[in-house]
Amino acid sequence: MRYGYYPGCSLTGTARPYEVSTKAIAGPLGLTFEEVEDWNCCGATEYMSLNKTAAYALVARNLALAAGEDKPKDLVAPCSLCYLNLRKTNHYMAKYKSLGKMTNQALAAGGLHYTPGSLNVRHLIDVIVNDVGYEALGARVTRPLTGLRVAPYYGCLLVRPDLNGGSFDDTEYPTHLDRLMETLGAEVVDFPLKTHCCGGHMTQISAETAYELIRRLLHNAAEYRADLLVTLCPMCQFNLDAYQTQVNRHLGTDFHLPILYFTQMIGLAMGMEPKALAIGQEIVSAASVLRKIGTAVEVEEAPQTRRKRDDKSLPMPRIREG
Amino acid sequence: MSRSLGNKDDAFLNEVIEATPGGEALVTCLQCGTCGGSCPSGPDMDHTPRQLFQMINAGMRQEVLQSNAPWYCVTCYYCMTRCPKQIPITDLMYTLKRMAVRAKLYDDSDAPDWSSSFIGFVESYGRSFEFGLATRYHLTHSPLRKVGVGPMGLEMIVKDRMPLRPERIKGIDQLRTILDTAKSLEGV
Ligand code: SF4
Ligand code: SF4
Ligand code: SF4
Ligand code: SF4
Repeated sequence: MRYGYYPGCSLTGTARPYEVSTKAIAGPLGLTFEEVEDWNCCGATEYMSLNKTAAYALVARNLALAAGEDKPKDLVAPCSLCYLNLRKTNHYMAKYKSLGKMTNQALAAGGLHYTPGSLNVRHLIDVIVNDVGYEALGARVTRPLTGLRVAPYYGCLLVRPDLNGGSFDDTEYPTHLDRLMETLGAEVVDFPLKTHCCGGHMTQISAETAYELIRRLLHNAAEYRADLLVTLCPMCQFNLDAYQTQVNRHLGTDFHLPILYFTQMIGLAMGMEPKALAIGQEIVSAASVLRKIGTAVEVEEAPQTRRKRDDKSLPMPRIREG
Repeated sequence: MSRSLGNKDDAFLNEVIEATPGGEALVTCLQCGTCGGSCPSGPDMDHTPRQLFQMINAGMRQEVLQSNAPWYCVTCYYCMTRCPKQIPITDLMYTLKRMAVRAKLYDDSDAPDWSSSFIGFVESYGRSFEFGLATRYHLTHSPLRKVGVGPMGLEMIVKDRMPLRPERIKGIDQLRTILDTAKSLEGV
């Protein structure tokens, strides 16, 4: 199965473990990814905050480069934010004619054109659960993740907005990642906040706001006695992993919850070595929880703190009146 | 159904609608409060999305563009997905940010600076340069240093997760031409 592939900036930087593990499992699962030639950053949430048409044109250049007779029709993005930006631009250019026209006028200045809808934009997990499928995946499991308690974290942008019913899973209570982890043999814990927000770029703007959003997620996962959280978005992984120490320091909590990518979990279950999946590069080390499945992880690690399981001092998120 | 009250000034409402794909739906707001009730940033916002929409309908330009609410929006799309009238709330938040920046009325948030630093990298390299971005930003913004974000960058380098060199795309001139054209088409 051939796919166009848009890695996005994160996968070449902070989310390199996501890229490494994606590439490691792709071959054995029969997936061929053809990287979009000379792709550019999708603008994250920043470009749209200052310029509208340019923000759509920025994303559309990637769509134009990815589309073509001889190119795969499915364009895959592993980052939820890239996925949203590509998917939304593809959809809005068709739905809002003047926006589509202006975007193409801008592209034309660079000698490009994109016919909205000519590509299917898909998230990596969609391809894995729907094209590879649970059954084929289950058949490749040689080291079941038995005994690992996993909290499946979807974040916002994989399932929202639904863009006219186009969401890949339920917008409030998706289950594909749950089922995928069960297929690998893991024990999936209920995780009511699974689609709540991790704060996105707030860590850079108003750290206190972000810390509270991150704390709620970690607290919820710890309450259900998860050993680790599994993510499918570089920014979710980054916020929960890299800021966990800051959250502990500033809010007086004591979380030690490793955050791994679903692709790393698939690789582990397929018997691959942690190193080949870039496990060990996470800030909150997964080494001790992975011992549960008999996997030794090589890490350069600071001494670990014990997780507090009876942390009752922290309130659950409140629903606020509009 | 329009909520305009006859004699009030609809100029602001129309500008907001004009600048937002699907923005016309704004006039159908039921004031049900589903958006605010779904918003993870609600507690930090001076006005909930529902209140903002009422204020836009009432033509309160100054108050709306000074609100901190759009800057606390984390684009989680909960509101937009749940809104019974399919109002593109998240896109409206983006519109309000753009209008506030242009009118120089934004709340004293660091967000516009963060966005421009980010955009600066995209326009120079075609890629975002996480290490440079984080460093440049953290060095110029003390509020973040106070809450101790700074050292994290170092930890990331030690763990080999921040690239130390920016990467420039081949088609950077083409990209700049496209972006400049888009900006002039929009009249900015
Ligand atoms: S969303 Fe993030 S990772 Fe994806 S291209 Fe944009 S900046 Fe880069
Ligand atoms: S959970 Fe966070 S990073 Fe993930 S999609 Fe939502 S805002 Fe973005
Ligand atoms: S959810 Fe929609 S209809 Fe209800 S108050 Fe918010 S914008 Fe208005
Ligand atoms: S998209 Fe923005 S306004 Fe809407 S619920 Fe999320 S944070 Fe609040």
